[in-house]
Amino acid sequence: MGRIRTIARRTFLIGSATIAGGVVFGTYAYKKPIPNPLKPSAITPYVLIDGNGITLIAPRAEMGQGVQTTLAALLAEEMDLDWDQVRVMHGPASRAYFNAAALEEGVPFAPTDESWLAETARGAMHIPAKFLGLQATGGSSSIPDAFDKMRAAGAVARAALVDAAARKTGLKATELKTASGAVVLPDGSTIPYADLAHDAASSDLPKTPSLKPQSEWKLLGKSLPRTDMLGKVTGTATFTADIRFPGMLFATARTNPGLGAGLKSYDAAEALAFPGVERIVEIPGGLAVVANSTWTAFKAADLIAFDWDAAPYAATTEEMRTQTAAAFSPDHQDSRQRDDGDVEAALPADVWAAEYTVPYLAHATMETMTAGAWLQDGRLRVWAGNQLPTQVLKEATAITGLDEANIDVETPVMGGGFGRRAEMDFIKQAIHVAKAMEGRPILLTWTREEDMTHDTFRPMAIARIKGAVKGGKISAIDLQLAAASVVESQAGRIGMSIPGPDATIVQGAWEQPYTFPNYRTTGYRVPEGVQVGSWRSVGASQNAFFHESAVDELAHLAGVDPLEFRLSQIDHIPSRKVLEAVATASNWGSTPPNRARGVAFCLSFGVPAAQVIEVENTPAGLRITNAWAAVDVGIALDPSIIEAQVQGGMVYGLSAAISGEITFAGGHAQQQNFPDYDGLRLPQCPPISVTILQNGSKIRGVGEPGTPPAAPALANAIFALTGQRIRTLPLGKAIGFA
Amino acid sequence: MAFDVTVNGETKAVDMPGDTPLLWVLRDGLHLTGTKYGCGVAACGACTVHLDGVAVRACQIALEDAVGAQITTIEGIGTPENLAPIQAAWLEHQVAQCGFCQSGQIMQAASLLAENPAPTDAEIDEAMGGNLCRCGTYPRIRAAVHTAAAKMKG
Repeated sequence: MGRIRTIARRTFLIGSATIAGGVVFGTYAYKKPIPNPLKPSAITPYVLIDGNGITLIAPRAEMGQGVQTTLAALLAEEMDLDWDQVRVMHGPASRAYFNAAALEEGVPFAPTDESWLAETARGAMHIPAKFLGLQATGGSSSIPDAFDKMRAAGAVARAALVDAAARKTGLKATELKTASGAVVLPDGSTIPYADLAHDAASSDLPKTPSLKPQSEWKLLGKSLPRTDMLGKVTGTATFTADIRFPGMLFATARTNPGLGAGLKSYDAAEALAFPGVERIVEIPGGLAVVANSTWTAFKAADLIAFDWDAAPYAATTEEMRTQTAAAFSPDHQDSRQRDDGDVEAALPADVWAAEYTVPYLAHATMETMTAGAWLQDGRLRVWAGNQLPTQVLKEATAITGLDEANIDVETPVMGGGFGRRAEMDFIKQAIHVAKAMEGRPILLTWTREEDMTHDTFRPMAIARIKGAVKGGKISAIDLQLAAASVVESQAGRIGMSIPGPDATIVQGAWEQPYTFPNYRTTGYRVPEGVQVGSWRSVGASQNAFFHESAVDELAHLAGVDPLEFRLSQIDHIPSRKVLEAVATASNWGSTPPNRARGVAFCLSFGVPAAQVIEVENTPAGLRITNAWAAVDVGIALDPSIIEAQVQGGMVYGLSAAISGEITFAGGHAQQQNFPDYDGLRLPQCPPISVTILQNGSKIRGVGEPGTPPAAPALANAIFALTGQRIRTLPLGKAIGFA
Repeated sequence: MAFDVTVNGETKAVDMPGDTPLLWVLRDGLHLTGTKYGCGVAACGACTVHLDGVAVRACQIALEDAVGAQITTIEGIGTPENLAPIQAAWLEHQVAQCGFCQSGQIMQAASLLAENPAPTDAEIDEAMGGNLCRCGTYPRIRAAVHTAAAKMKG
């Protein structure tokens, strides 16, 4: 009963996945099957067999994380395809491709809690996900969502093909085997799947196909060549801006850098007269220039005189910091997801206390926001790398008035997503332009400056932390975490309001597997200001820095080795193992002379992740000399892809930790381009060793968990080397880096 | 007015203003889309191509200044059916994640290897520091450059 009461008090947190659609709960529609969007040519929504061969549908966006390769491998494994027989496409925007796991993070149970109640609650979240028709890529949810679903789809397709072969040959299905994309008859002869596809379409599909045991896997568990690699090393991979149609026009957008505010007036006479400019189109909050080349559009846009309305939020970073700090009050309390023991009673009068701050961050994907659209003869075609194709359908319907059946959404590979391409702004702009230019295909490309200043930023956040140590352990810790609500901001942009607390404010802090006897995390919601959004690992991106810096400070206060200190206060086995793995890999305790190391741990998106970073002082500044990471993904489907994701997540976290900061003046973001918002460069990047463990009881995605420990591991290493405890990011403002 | 440019061994007339950056000549004029726009200010290297064999940022070269030069893009060094050794090394190490910066990375590395067939890690750092990758493929880029050097040595 105690447990039930705890849950009732906690209420359900709706995580960032709710951005995708209206929150309407119900089971009626859940029971109804969602039509296969590829019928009649496909056996299931995931497998298409035609004259061109076998195409597997991987309905998750390829942002670089390799997900389409792994989704295809799940299908191919059960279908007994050889890897070189596999072709992959993203598939259309369709409710059939809903993502159930994306909502799982919203349940009020730590990922380490595998009780019946916690599992039931997670299962319940699949109902709204299906109802919403959530075709989302994010939250490291693709692999958990797909693991059973895609294998089952492959097994169903295989069963249908075997059934077709049985009917064709008069043999029993049990006498038939499959291998290399063909049904194998008892005499050793084969019938290729392609020759059976037509008949297989009328096979009765088994409802519960049996799946191969892991011991029989041929593709899964191995590092496969990525299906997108050849295109990406030859310049032939087709990104959004690489799609060309006859008569295509090129556009760019300029909207109010006071985000969300309107355009008072403008003078576009000079731009309109610029050679090559076709038209200036009014779009929400600004203008789009349509021209015969992207460069012409960029140049002409510079010639427009804009008079913008003032930004509807605080004008300067200082005011924003004041607002964030003011949220530490009972009336702004958003959640208290963890309250173990009695923190108030356990904190002594001479308590250790510190305040930490992190800034706004831009996503800065390599490919700026880019979308194409073409409205002709009552049909709209949209092509744009994005993480929410079903939402694109809704937005397109709203703008054009067309029925969804007359709208095609294509999702080309993306030049980075990191959460930014879950937003609809740039896609809506392209649709507005296509509507104004009816009959002409248009490609809308943001300049880097537009991209940097019109981001949906990772929010500024402040942590106030108090703690105490006793007998070499943390006896009490109180984490007060203030940030704007990412969910509120995202939902607002698609015209929704989400009730209840926002898990992202405390994500990466409340659910950590530490056993501190008195342990409290309280989230404070900063009133909505400048637009904020999901940034790789979302709330864990700031909260791991807060939590793990504080644990490090307390370890030093207790006089205990920071890695031992963590191990002595974590009993969750997979979490202990990742710490032990980085200790072993780095040979912790035997640091080379003149260097020092820091360690950090964070459980995010269900993945325990530990990192060790080693630094040294050089005449040119502080240099990162080495890095080690360990993650536990439950089941490792593709080690090479997992390694790349963990390395990449770490680099993304280090970029932000060292130099990432967006500041505001007059309500406008001050950073414009890479010279003032840079990322880690190759000479700064250390070797990164990655250990992949499989002790967790569930399969997990790993796009995000590599990011959170990077900043605290680096800050802790700097403290170990210099004695300087830096509590404000970016670190580069306090210390020089080589 | 039209300008003659020679890209990947073929000379073509391009009817774009003379101050148009080569990047946009390639992309929007010739529809050679392997070369990418990342920043427009020579800060990211995504548009790296070879001008008479030397790596340059295509966003900084005006069309009128490219006349008479031999321009090589990612499409000119190899194809999916016939990879250049450096592309084969990239494939072997599975370097790309999103892939958007990789044309530029490969063109920069190819230029390095043409000058220095066996670069050290420090020399790779020196040559590649101007090419930004937000996905963090740097460890594999380093490995692939070494492999490419070995391949080209034969």
